[in-house]
Amino acid sequence: MPKKMHITLTVNGKEEEFLAEPRELLIYTLRERLNITGPHIGCETSHCGACTVTIGGKSVKSCTMFVAQADGADITTIEGIGGPDNLHPLQEAFKEHHGLQCGYCTPGMITRATKLLEEIPNPTEEEIRFGMAGNLCRCTGYQNIVKSIQAAAAEMSAAKEAAE
Amino acid sequence: MIPAAFEYYRPKDMEGVLSLLAEHGDEARVMAGGHSLIPMMKLRMADVPHLIDLQDVGGLSDIEVGTDSIRIGAMVTQSDIITHEGLATAAPILREAALQIADPQVRYMGTVGGNVANGDPGNDMPGLMQCLDATFHLIGADGTRDVPARDFYEAAYMTAREDEEVLTAVTIPLLKGGHAYEKQKRKIGDYATAAAAVQIVNEGGTCAAASIAMTNLSDTPIYSQAACDALVGTSVDDSAIKAAMAAMLGDIDPSEDNRGPVAFKKHVAGIILRRAIERAWSRA
Repeated sequence: MPKKMHITLTVNGKEEEFLAEPRELLIYTLRERLNITGPHIGCETSHCGACTVTIGGKSVKSCTMFVAQADGADITTIEGIGGPDNLHPLQEAFKEHHGLQCGYCTPGMITRATKLLEEIPNPTEEEIRFGMAGNLCRCTGYQNIVKSIQAAAAEMSAAKEAAE
Repeated sequence: MIPAAFEYYRPKDMEGVLSLLAEHGDEARVMAGGHSLIPMMKLRMADVPHLIDLQDVGGLSDIEVGTDSIRIGAMVTQSDIITHEGLATAAPILREAALQIADPQVRYMGTVGGNVANGDPGNDMPGLMQCLDATFHLIGADGTRDVPARDFYEAAYMTAREDEEVLTAVTIPLLKGGHAYEKQKRKIGDYATAAAAVQIVNEGGTCAAASIAMTNLSDTPIYSQAACDALVGTSVDDSAIKAAMAAMLGDIDPSEDNRGPVAFKKHVAGIILRRAIERAWSRA
């Protein structure tokens, strides 16, 4: 048996400790070990973005990171962004603007979009398409994904202005 | 996809990295962002019994914009390049090229050092570094040494870096004139069907100096001296550009793959070089 490592992760604010082989891919750690099944496995080859999570302020494809690399990391998944009782403005906007069809890519889309809107709070359509280029939708529902992100950006900016 | 098992190390300093490389030789590989290496390990096309993660090694993530050169640490990411304010003024071509690499998620992880050291002919930074006449800094058991980017690439995945050496930084001399990095790809995230890096100096309407390198059109990046020579002394008119395109086509050696047959790649290479020359000249 290959040697296991002692791993500590913070996922959605909760500390997790376990033993794992270094080669375990982070997406499997999240889904199968920690039962955090929001991040999806689409292509498993760094292309589709369904497995996107946020690590240390970066959008990361969790199929392309070994759990050993993530040891000590602070990870946010879709579960940490919002839930049925407290939808994030992006989740609300995807719901309102039909930003999902089958929904498989949606956790990755929304997780990536949270980071995009942090970096560019009021993006143009072109900036959204470029900033979301690492996430694929096999239903090809991109028009409404863009609309949803635009709507969420407007909502979040208005809320921020109201708070100031 | 489950890669073969490996021993994982995360040394705190370069001394620790070098001693692991000395101990394990070609059974060990260093990893920066991992976005070239991990996919190859998942496919079991790369066998890495000892994986050395560089993320805790200090001093590899700095960007220093000096008066006569720019030094970029090996662990600087493509995303760092894109957002760095000093580079935006001193070397906007780096940002232009980095934005054409992969996608946002990959650019957060992918590093300049990994991109140039990996030796994948599809990577974009090697051609750009050859165009800008960059120097690569290596460290090994016997100390440090410098290798010009134009002498670094030997064949696909074969470079002047020895197995027990680590690429720590690249230095780019002060940029001159106008620049462009033009890339044709089938889709976002793809490697180039053809790409061209051009630096060109305009003195009173005459091309005083030019440097041209091509990406993914041979098993290494190709610095085309003949294409440069075809431009120098001209007004970069249509006949000079055609001469540069013809000279470049004599230097590349593309092979057929899922991006197209050889004739198509040569056709695209010519068009991409024309666009890059025209854009660089308009900025010179």
